[in-house]
Amino acid sequence: MRPALSVIFFTVLSGAGYGLWCWLGVALAAGVYPSAGVGVLAPLVFGFVLVTAGLLASTSHLGRPERAWRALSQWRSSWLSREGIASLAAYLPMLAVAWLAWRGSTGGGLRVAGALLAACALATLLCTANIYRSLKTIAAWRARQVLPLYFVFAWLSGGLWLWAWLALAPHAAIGEAFPLTLLALAVIAAITKFDYWRGIDAQPANSAGHATGLETLGQVRAFEGPVTEPSYLTHEMAFVLARRHGGRLRRIALGLFAVLPVLAIVVAVTTGQAAWMAPIAAIAALAGLFIERWLFFAQARHAVAAFFPAPQG
Amino acid sequence: MTSLPAPAKKKLGLVIDLDICVGCHACAVACKAWNDGGDFGPLADDDPYGAEPHGVWFNRVHSYEVQPPAPGPRLDLLHLEDTAAPAPQMVHFPRSCLHCETPDCVTVCPTGASYKRAEDGIVLVDQDKCIGCQLCAWACPYGAREIALPHPKTTTSDTDRKDAKRGTMQKCTLCVDRIYNETLDARDRQPACVLACPTHARMFGDLGDPDSDVSKVVAERGGFALMPEFGYQPVNRYLPPRPRRDGSSTAATPPAPATETLDANQLPPLLRWLDKALSR
Repeated sequence: MRPALSVIFFTVLSGAGYGLWCWLGVALAAGVYPSAGVGVLAPLVFGFVLVTAGLLASTSHLGRPERAWRALSQWRSSWLSREGIASLAAYLPMLAVAWLAWRGSTGGGLRVAGALLAACALATLLCTANIYRSLKTIAAWRARQVLPLYFVFAWLSGGLWLWAWLALAPHAAIGEAFPLTLLALAVIAAITKFDYWRGIDAQPANSAGHATGLETLGQVRAFEGPVTEPSYLTHEMAFVLARRHGGRLRRIALGLFAVLPVLAIVVAVTTGQAAWMAPIAAIAALAGLFIERWLFFAQARHAVAAFFPAPQG
Repeated sequence: MTSLPAPAKKKLGLVIDLDICVGCHACAVACKAWNDGGDFGPLADDDPYGAEPHGVWFNRVHSYEVQPPAPGPRLDLLHLEDTAAPAPQMVHFPRSCLHCETPDCVTVCPTGASYKRAEDGIVLVDQDKCIGCQLCAWACPYGAREIALPHPKTTTSDTDRKDAKRGTMQKCTLCVDRIYNETLDARDRQPACVLACPTHARMFGDLGDPDSDVSKVVAERGGFALMPEFGYQPVNRYLPPRPRRDGSSTAATPPAPATETLDANQLPPLLRWLDKALSR
């Protein structure tokens, strides 16, 4: 699949924003968030910036972005429609949390709003993952690791930003439990992604013989495509660049979203340099996820590519 | 609504005979001609007469080389028979929307623009509702949908053309504006591709009716559906090439793995630089 930058920006940035809102919402709901007032508002607004930037980026993937509102209508059948509704719904508890935090509230209202914020963020992540997972035509995205990975990556990247804020904020004393949880998430993300890559590498590609149903007659080779120029289908669904550099890009991604954050957390916990280490880890993870998401598209084979002759080098 | 309608009795569709298709592309051209001028309005074309023409076609004709397997060696009393592989066979393969009974291209649509008609099973896109998210094209394993967008590499003034900028998903309509069109002569109320085919390799009819001509020929010739494992239940059927007289086209062999290469010179500058940097 052609990696569309708009969709990569959306899933990575909004994913981090929703992940951040998950942590913030759960901490507020449980009453364990170590700060109040501006200490809640600042990460909440940062999450808002990530989520909104991602959502706006996603509209540039549309041929007719001015009609985007129509996407809210088909929630009965379409995960994309559900995602649109969940993503907009999440702004309501966000506004409630912002209002209560602004007034300096720490009571039950903030707890409820926090819980709703986390719930809406989780629902949006579930919808995003299912948009990809529900496409039968792209075998790589049907893998069992796709759904958990969208959550783990969101929690990891969003959590690192929340940790960065808490490490930089004055008076916000946090223990080691949160960074160590993020360390565990980074390890889980690395193992799960590695497992995903190993799995999709072993998937057999669709063949011309199978696509045309002619395989029973003999060996089928695409002799000639329908036109000499590239078409929408070959441009969108027969993308080959990443497969050549796949191994190297995978190692770079893994280093950025898992190895660097793990090292940063270990250094921060052992030396107390969290104010330096946390932002480095957060930026590295986000950069790593851009590469990871690029590969998620570029290395996913669409069944329709089998109809076309392999590109000539 | 993009939820699927209850299964209808009437299933309009095409039957394509791979035995007699000569790969002349007349169906594709007739389709383009009709849909360029009919109720649908101009079909998107970008730089149509330039160096890199780019546009939407509802119907595209592929050509495949089928290599029948070599017969095993047979010991004769006097000599070993020739075991050379038989000559390959060329199969021309028109590919268009199969108007599936349970397609995901309809259910994934977030706007209700992509829909399946309850009365005859035709799958259509409402051009006034489509937002161009392309999820339906991603959901289709048959490559039936193409979006009307300007050429990805284009710099020509043609990008100002309204049709290339339509920004919505396009697909075969089964010539819905022909088949019910009472201003046309009754025998012309068929899809343009069917009327244009010089070898009658394309047939149009109701595949839901077991007594229709199309259903009969499918039963007689062993017509098959493409990639049934997706569970979309295509309505269109393909008739396989008839067995050759020497019997060489009946055995099965495993398909060869696909190979891929990349021409770095074809890439835009940024990707070309990336390719170079990563190749080190």
